[in-house]
Amino acid sequence: MLKIEGLHVSYGPIHALKGIDLEVNEGEIVTLIGSNGAGKSTTLNAITGLAKVQSGDISFNGRHIANISPYRIVRLGISHSPEGREVFPALTVHENLRLGAYSRSDKRSVAAAYERVYALFPRLKERTGQTAGTLSGGEQQMLAIGRALMSEPKLLLLDEPSMGLAPNLVAMIFELIQSINQQGTTILLIEQNANMALSIAHRAYVLETGTIAIAGAAAELARDPRVKSAYLGG
Amino acid sequence: MQTFLGAVINGLALGMAYALIAVGYSMVFGVLRLINFSHGAVYAFGAYMVFFFVSLKLGLLASILLSVVISGLLAMLVDKVALEPLRKKKSIPIATLITTIGVSFIIQNVLSIEYVFGSERRAFPSTNLFANLSIGNITIQSSQIIMLIVAVLLLGVLTFLVQGTKVGLAMRAIEQNRKAAHLAGINVDLVISFTFFIGGACAAIAGALIGGYYGVINPGMGSTIGLKAFAAAVVGGIGVLHGAVVGGLVVGVVECVAAQYLGSNVRDPMAFVILILILILKPNGLFGKKGITKV
Repeated sequence: MLKIEGLHVSYGPIHALKGIDLEVNEGEIVTLIGSNGAGKSTTLNAITGLAKVQSGDISFNGRHIANISPYRIVRLGISHSPEGREVFPALTVHENLRLGAYSRSDKRSVAAAYERVYALFPRLKERTGQTAGTLSGGEQQMLAIGRALMSEPKLLLLDEPSMGLAPNLVAMIFELIQSINQQGTTILLIEQNANMALSIAHRAYVLETGTIAIAGAAAELARDPRVKSAYLGG
Repeated sequence: MQTFLGAVINGLALGMAYALIAVGYSMVFGVLRLINFSHGAVYAFGAYMVFFFVSLKLGLLASILLSVVISGLLAMLVDKVALEPLRKKKSIPIATLITTIGVSFIIQNVLSIEYVFGSERRAFPSTNLFANLSIGNITIQSSQIIMLIVAVLLLGVLTFLVQGTKVGLAMRAIEQNRKAAHLAGINVDLVISFTFFIGGACAAIAGALIGGYYGVINPGMGSTIGLKAFAAAVVGGIGVLHGAVVGGLVVGVVECVAAQYLGSNVRDPMAFVILILILILKPNGLFGKKGITKV
């Protein structure tokens, strides 16, 4: 579904990605783990057109998508829930979600998307008229994921969905990610919480200073001594 | 009392026209956090386009409509040619600000060229289209009534546009978080262009209304009024639509009353006296938000 080959990205003098190869197949949850500054968010930003691709290729269902505007990427069926939630604080929950479906004008499909998101996150339905800035951290995270789902993406990119959340909420978010996947959405997940990420993912990549260090089935990586010592706390 | 009331009515009509210009500053500031000082020149350009099409015998209404479209496109073009490239290069905000001042001089000077319109004043078709209204000793010119009604209607339409439509929602989203707006699937560049277009279109209408009220235009007409309207936008709280309206009204009324009692020399500085006073008392303007809280 998504294929990245030899991807290079630089921010000024910083060479953030040094030729990475990565593949996501339809129906999978693939996780990308690694320490801070390894290039995880940059990888997602390159896919969605927020970061400029210097060289290499990104293709989605056979179509070359490197350096395409972010709004076109959304129309192609890729949705990105960014690190730090990035909700629209002064807009209501309802308006935030509406913006997630900005690329669609068919009222019926927008209504269906609302219904699906509210079914996944009943909490958001209760808060529908509230401004996003007044929500708790967990609720804002739900809103960020819900907003990304409003465009009914084929591929969902999630950047640190568990960041800053209490442990019980983390477990809940991971369950939700699994159920979104079971409903037919392919997921590329970035996580600091490598234990949790590997427990729900099918396959995993470990990113170290801009290159892929290890790749394989998630269950295998969870047993790999190198991964264990570096990312799973021994 | 009656001269006072007369001055207030003059001020309300003029103030609504200022508001029409002020919303252009305010809307662009909303989406870009940029003060677009070329806006006053677009207002002058709008008045000249009306003048030009009327001289081609197109009729006043048709001339205004054409000018609205062309001025909107000019404002859009200014952004595309001069400002967007700076934005894409992430240049420092002051560079963009100076550029807008430069663009304002370019537009004004092109209008002044001998073979374009020339630098001298030109007679502008009057918008006194029906009989003046007399209440007691107070005479209200029909051009003022038209100014008031058109501005109120237009500001109503703008409020609906921003608060009640999908593109308005996109404008508010870009204002709060541009990155998230991109990711939500909004064509951010298109919405920014649209914002400039609306600002330019409103400025052209203000140009026609104010030109028709005074009956005369000149290429530099946008510099003082542009700054006054900017002051009005800041007084009301820049980035807030109804703030621009109230700011425009305050500036219009105060300057007309001051001119009535203290002489016409104090008219132009009044906007800035108000600006300084308001900023001391309420640094964010009358309705300004205390900066958007990022969560």
